[in-house]
Amino acid sequence: MEQEMITLEINGKTVEVPKGTSILDAAKAAHIKIPTLCYHPDLKAGASCGICVVRQLVPSRNPADNGKLVPSPKLLRACCTEATQGMHILTHDPDIVQVRKTVLELILANHPSDCLQCPRSGSCELQAIAADFGIREVPFPREVIHRDVDNSTPSIVLNSDKCIKCGRCAEVCQQMQNVWALEFIGRGEKTVMAPAAGVKLAESPCIKCGQCSAHCPVGAIYENDETSKVWDALRDPEKICLVQIAPAVRVALGEAFGMKPGSLTTGKIYAALRMLGFDKVFDTNFSADVTIMEEGTEFIKRFTEGGKLPLLTSCCPAWTDWMEKYAPDFTENFSTAKSPQQMLSALAKSYWPAMNNVDPAKIHVTSIMPCTAKKHEIIRDENMKSTGYQDTDVVLTTRELARMIKAAGIDFNDLPEEEADKLLGTYTGAGTIFGVTGGVMEAALRTAYCLITGEAKPPSIDFNEVRGMDGVKTATIDIKGTKVNIAVAHQMGNVEKVLNQIREDRKNGVKPRYDFIEVMACRGGCIGGGGQPCLATDEVRALRTKGIYTDDEKSVLRMSHENPEVQALYRDYLDGKTGAQGGEKAHHLLHTNYKQLDVYKFGK
Amino acid sequence: MDRSTLEGDPHSILEAMTIAGYAIGASKGFIYIRAEYPLAIHRLQVAIGQAHDLGLLGDDILGSGFSFDIELRFGAGAFVCGEETALLQSIEGNRGMPKPRPPFPAVKGLWGRPTVINNVETLANVPVIINKGADWFNKIGTATTKGTKVFALTGKVNNSGLIEVPMGTTLREIIFDIGGGIRGGHQFKAAQTGGPSGGIIPPQFLDTPIDYESLAKIGSIMGSGGLIVMDETDCVVDVAKFYLDFTVDESCGKCAPCRIGGRKLLNYLTKITDGRGTLDDIKQMEAISDAMCKASLCGLGQTASNPVKSTLKYFMDEYLEHINDKKCRAGKCSKLIQYKIDPAKCKGCTLCARKCPVNAIAGAVKQPHTIDQTKCIKCGQCEANCKFGAISHG
Repeated sequence: MEQEMITLEINGKTVEVPKGTSILDAAKAAHIKIPTLCYHPDLKAGASCGICVVRQLVPSRNPADNGKLVPSPKLLRACCTEATQGMHILTHDPDIVQVRKTVLELILANHPSDCLQCPRSGSCELQAIAADFGIREVPFPREVIHRDVDNSTPSIVLNSDKCIKCGRCAEVCQQMQNVWALEFIGRGEKTVMAPAAGVKLAESPCIKCGQCSAHCPVGAIYENDETSKVWDALRDPEKICLVQIAPAVRVALGEAFGMKPGSLTTGKIYAALRMLGFDKVFDTNFSADVTIMEEGTEFIKRFTEGGKLPLLTSCCPAWTDWMEKYAPDFTENFSTAKSPQQMLSALAKSYWPAMNNVDPAKIHVTSIMPCTAKKHEIIRDENMKSTGYQDTDVVLTTRELARMIKAAGIDFNDLPEEEADKLLGTYTGAGTIFGVTGGVMEAALRTAYCLITGEAKPPSIDFNEVRGMDGVKTATIDIKGTKVNIAVAHQMGNVEKVLNQIREDRKNGVKPRYDFIEVMACRGGCIGGGGQPCLATDEVRALRTKGIYTDDEKSVLRMSHENPEVQALYRDYLDGKTGAQGGEKAHHLLHTNYKQLDVYKFGK
Repeated sequence: MDRSTLEGDPHSILEAMTIAGYAIGASKGFIYIRAEYPLAIHRLQVAIGQAHDLGLLGDDILGSGFSFDIELRFGAGAFVCGEETALLQSIEGNRGMPKPRPPFPAVKGLWGRPTVINNVETLANVPVIINKGADWFNKIGTATTKGTKVFALTGKVNNSGLIEVPMGTTLREIIFDIGGGIRGGHQFKAAQTGGPSGGIIPPQFLDTPIDYESLAKIGSIMGSGGLIVMDETDCVVDVAKFYLDFTVDESCGKCAPCRIGGRKLLNYLTKITDGRGTLDDIKQMEAISDAMCKASLCGLGQTASNPVKSTLKYFMDEYLEHINDKKCRAGKCSKLIQYKIDPAKCKGCTLCARKCPVNAIAGAVKQPHTIDQTKCIKCGQCEANCKFGAISHG
């Protein structure tokens, strides 16, 4: 259907936009930037800051003016007001600029303005807009209502003092993620973004996905910075420091160094990590391939032998957290396979030292993740100590790694590329696509096809049905006559409808409509993770996604079971068997279990 | 006054809502009412029961084929829930916070459905207009504002209470004819209309006919129909502070201009009434008031600065007295009051010094005493106890 277009005039310029476009976007189409602060394109315009006000010109009511256009007394908010046919809008005049400036000064008067120590210095939208408006002094007395910092979770830190109450975090938490940990609490000037009933984040439904931190315009919610723990380990001569990088990190880290989103920097990251002092550099893409072996054989076993279906992927710790709180009726559907992070760490403290004759007690494993939930995953239960030690020692987000590289004075942009280290460093294209929505499913399908049919490769290596940004993607995959029904969901808020379909099937006593479901908590998958460079939009996500698929396409091997290091792992260490195939070692090191959690932990 | 209508004639509202439902094809109506109005709630419940019994609510009303029902929803008395989008949010069970308009409720209202939302007083007019006709109604009021208006007349008038007057009645008629003039032979100083977000109107507008346009022109609003009369013992700066204190407390906190601006205005007003104000404060108050008015999302924020704007406009001399002369002519701002001992009258009896709770008074026996203004807490004990009339304040 052809989209209905409207025309309007903005600052005297005629612009044509699709019906339904906001004044803000219409102005963008006319190459005019209306300043915003609370607005983020991912979210429904909340209209809380009052910065984007514009003036409408309307026909004068005075008959003497003969219908002349005059400024209307009330200003409109460009972010949430729909442009209409024939509208006349003025985006800038001295009065509008003054109003915006006063609002900005009011916001700054209630902000600590300790930019030098702020984690968001340089990526702060308030800082940027204050610079744009040339604010040199704030005419109103400073008045910051102090509240204690909430650092109850290992993942994110909530510092209300810096909060400008834009409401993005609550909107993200409730509408995008369906988690409902953050809410507007209190009224008027006492308003805070916090969990209900005065509980800490750790006692709240928070799943630590960190999307609040990735959307916060200022430094009010940010990742728990653990770089000092890593520096300490690197300084310790007794420690053997191993590091792994997740798939999505390689297409986003470059943004922190001025590169275009999606720039593939795998080799530079390996090199930078060695310069930082890591002894061995591994790749989580390797263990993503291992995950396919474990989860894939688990699926085939359940699918062919009549086990519990659908099988749900379990790579995403925010999703497992959500399931344990909000959908415990799916506990048995979860793949018992650990996430690639935990698999790599378990192998780094068992397989790698065994092969290299090293004392595992000396090994320190850092993992670089696009994710804040991964910081919590490493201590979620005893299964995360499968080697007798805590398998992963520290998790750094992409943002933290960028800071370490900068602090170390590494010229990242011009760094010659290097390779990962042996045993846990080789990956296939199937491993790398774990970083995008649909990637785990696609990687599993590539291998499952071969394992089920015995053929060397599927007719098409690309499974386009599971790619793209639709919140829920469903398909029936024909594996030589065997039909596998699948669903792929990303962004937590999209998941419940899929689960409800399964619940409906259960209620009706029919076979569940899906056999295999992939879930990633963040929009676009890990490339849009809560630990990635802040303020990503769908445009940025699309570029990062492209970077991931480019990495896949240029891989010589694109199916997990073809990975020679994976084959070596099973041959040399895991007795040739995956967990699902009865491999005890694999089961012990690479699998876990799930239990119901309380949504709120009152008084516990 | 809406409460009195609900308590006194709940059927008028039920009837009006049913007519409105019939007119727009709605089958369900909601009355959003403060839980703190138990009598109004009780009487509405009785009335709804009676209407059901008589077939005036429910299925197939009076055999017309039209079905309509009314449900009560209780609010906790948040001022902002008088704003229509916040009210709708509250009915839905959400936090009472305004939403951007458009879309207006008539397009997308309760649960996303087109919704007509009206005030009690508006609805109470509907049955009368239906019965007596539009021509009859249009005869009452002014050219642009028809009908009558109920005011809650209060303050320094002899007769206070609820009054209903035709639109276009002047303030003078209301205050001096109906209200019986200013209490205690005092002078009229100002009137405040429209509730906490209304402007403060000086004597030169006593003859302004009250309608929407005229009130807007002089910086006030019809609002909830509050009408508070002040005399020369009221301090307009103190009054502005009183209203800001209320709107700061009632701001929902969503929108920056209102949430922060209101607090800043209140702080400046407190500073001025405490005798610490500067001329620069006036400039900042004007900038904040303007920004709040233009950039706030809802009516609360857009009008919260009205008491400040109107007093700055009409009573600037009083602000300047507070700031420059550290004087409150009404004697309301206690921190600006100074107690003084007239040395000619003081006998040096020491009684005041002994009564002073903070030892602010010094002086030798049989010598005139003096008050240390930096210690004085303006409690007035000295003046009350002086047997020689030597101590006065001003």
